[in-house]
Amino acid sequence: MATVKTLIYLIIYPGLLFLFLYSTFVEWYDRKLYARFQNRMGPTHTGRFGLLQPIADFFKLMAKEDIVPERADRKMFSVLPAVGLAIVFTAMLLLPVWNYNLEASSVISFNGDLIVLLYLLSLPTFIFFLAGWSSTNLFSTIGGARVLTMLFGYEVPLFLAVLSPAVLANSWRLAEIAAFYRQRPALTLVNLLGFVIALICVQAKLERTPFDIPHAETEIVGGTFTEYSGKKLALFRLMMDAEMVVAAGLLAAVFLGGFPGGPLLGLLNFVVKTLFVIFFLALIRATTSRIRVDQVVSFAWKYLAPLAILQLLIVILVKGLIS
Amino acid sequence: MKFQIPIGPQHPALKEPISLRMTVEGEIIREADIRLGYNHRGLEKLAEQRTWIQNIYLTERICGICSHSHTTCYVQGVEKLMELEPPKRGLYIRTLVAELERIHSHLLWLGVAGHEAGFDSFFMYTWRDREIVMDILEIISGNRVHYGINTIGGVRRDLDDGQVKHILDSLEILRKRSEYYKNLGTTEPSFVARLAGVGYLSKEDAIALCAVGPTLRASGVPMDVRKDDPYAVYGEIPFEVCTADTCDVLGRTVVRIQELFQCYNIIEYLLKNLPAGPVAVRAPRRAKPNEVVSRYEAPRGENIHYIKSNGTDKPERLKVRAPTLGNYAATIKMLKNGFIADVPLIFAAIDPCICCAERAVSLVDVRTGQEKIISMNALKQLSLKISAGKVRKREAEWPL
Repeated sequence: MATVKTLIYLIIYPGLLFLFLYSTFVEWYDRKLYARFQNRMGPTHTGRFGLLQPIADFFKLMAKEDIVPERADRKMFSVLPAVGLAIVFTAMLLLPVWNYNLEASSVISFNGDLIVLLYLLSLPTFIFFLAGWSSTNLFSTIGGARVLTMLFGYEVPLFLAVLSPAVLANSWRLAEIAAFYRQRPALTLVNLLGFVIALICVQAKLERTPFDIPHAETEIVGGTFTEYSGKKLALFRLMMDAEMVVAAGLLAAVFLGGFPGGPLLGLLNFVVKTLFVIFFLALIRATTSRIRVDQVVSFAWKYLAPLAILQLLIVILVKGLIS
Repeated sequence: MKFQIPIGPQHPALKEPISLRMTVEGEIIREADIRLGYNHRGLEKLAEQRTWIQNIYLTERICGICSHSHTTCYVQGVEKLMELEPPKRGLYIRTLVAELERIHSHLLWLGVAGHEAGFDSFFMYTWRDREIVMDILEIISGNRVHYGINTIGGVRRDLDDGQVKHILDSLEILRKRSEYYKNLGTTEPSFVARLAGVGYLSKEDAIALCAVGPTLRASGVPMDVRKDDPYAVYGEIPFEVCTADTCDVLGRTVVRIQELFQCYNIIEYLLKNLPAGPVAVRAPRRAKPNEVVSRYEAPRGENIHYIKSNGTDKPERLKVRAPTLGNYAATIKMLKNGFIADVPLIFAAIDPCICCAERAVSLVDVRTGQEKIISMNALKQLSLKISAGKVRKREAEWPL
């Protein structure tokens, strides 16, 4: 019985199937919002309101010809999309939505899972870099170099911004941080600055406008993904959607009081709060233009990092006041 | 580490084939080179085999965006050859369509600039409003792209009061929207960060390298054929030549947006002062032997047609210099020491219409650098001779 339960947990809910469906739904939501901001319709044809469009795109890509460049590192090139997807889906299971117990820690909810989640969110960046590098295409190589250059910009402000609420809550466990802010909702306002910084950094991590520099199509064609096609590209796209869910879930857990209310209500909370975060991500995407990679680094270190440190200072002061 | 990046002949930033070869160090361009000739258009030869009237429709098809520019330029030249004086009303309508075309071209360019900078919302908005101008053009001429309104000695269609009212009403909407784009294009921080200081072209360089149109005017040179050598009715219309002194892509954007407002004023003036009378005069079939150079300020810059007649009903020679060709030399200057990320923006800022500027293909021997003229059959024979008995090589040396 325990085995069946584990299998259902891994494959159906909240495992592969649910994560797949929710990631594609989030892609639809993002595309639709982006289109409406631009005075367009967005997906309309496949399924009701075009809801099935991302799934249709996924299966269409799966059926397309899969080409590996002759000069590419064959093994590395092929294995990267699957590894990346596995990493992101693993990270998704760490979100405090499914089966966590505040009293006792478990495999998916323990003291320090915040750090693990951040670490798992850093890995896809390296996957993208390796993907670009192992393609040996000039455009991919430049894309890969841009991925790493950008990482130096946004990673530190992101960590500072996400960790400061944890400092205030005095815990490294996502579920406990969320519970702390649910008990004292007023304290959420202390982290408002951090939330804005984290939103911008997450936008950069997900490589969306204004930070879609590694795959800027008018400059370097497909960037890191220039040589990818067929199944591998489909997996990469799914991975990016899932990454968006994880990042939005992380922000919701840390800044917006998590997902209380047991399995059903918790899931509802999860959906509403991640969509809330993704709304802002889509808004940023629609209202900005792509900036240059050197501008990203200088922007991150001139504005984001000092503001993130300011946020940390505020948190330390508030912590001194309330204790 | 220096390496060469080929942008084109096929690249998402380029809608037409051209090859920009960039030697880069990291993200910075050290050398730039432009290769032309991916598109052979036997247009000038074809023009020699068609009558004066037929050639109007041929020149119209040089470009899909400045179609009216090419016909007007050609028709003005032919009218000079035939010593025709088109009636005032005809010239007013011709100018009206020319200015509407300028609006449609500049709105299109704004969208393209937005897209190249990754600002797709700007692109979607400007192209939506471009539809208003397209609709006006359709109401006037019956067509959205190739208006076919010019004829030798005037225009082919007249305007009525309903059309005049519709145009004036639509102009109000366009004015309001253009205000918004002016505000957005010059204040949106991430957009301005991409445009300001990019693709610097000093005033001296702009003149020395024979830049034309908004590229030249953005470097602070107030040069506009409409003002310097007025054709049609530009001599009697009050308007200003817009310039900018920032010498960069932002300046080129500002110049184009300001020109939009000038266009609205010109159109308003034209419609309010539309004289009565016929729209065209009868043109003779033949032109006396002579030659003429016709100049026209297209949305992209100065357009030049050289026409030679020999007394028959066909031109002996038609030479077209599209504005894009005039800007290539300046583009290389602008690209040097820029970032790879800025290549599409700098190149798009001259509003390139590559196929308009393409005329012929030249055969160059890669090893000796020698150019030669060869017939199509001989070329075919040569290729068969070289490839005879060889297995086709699968992996081409990359970059090509």
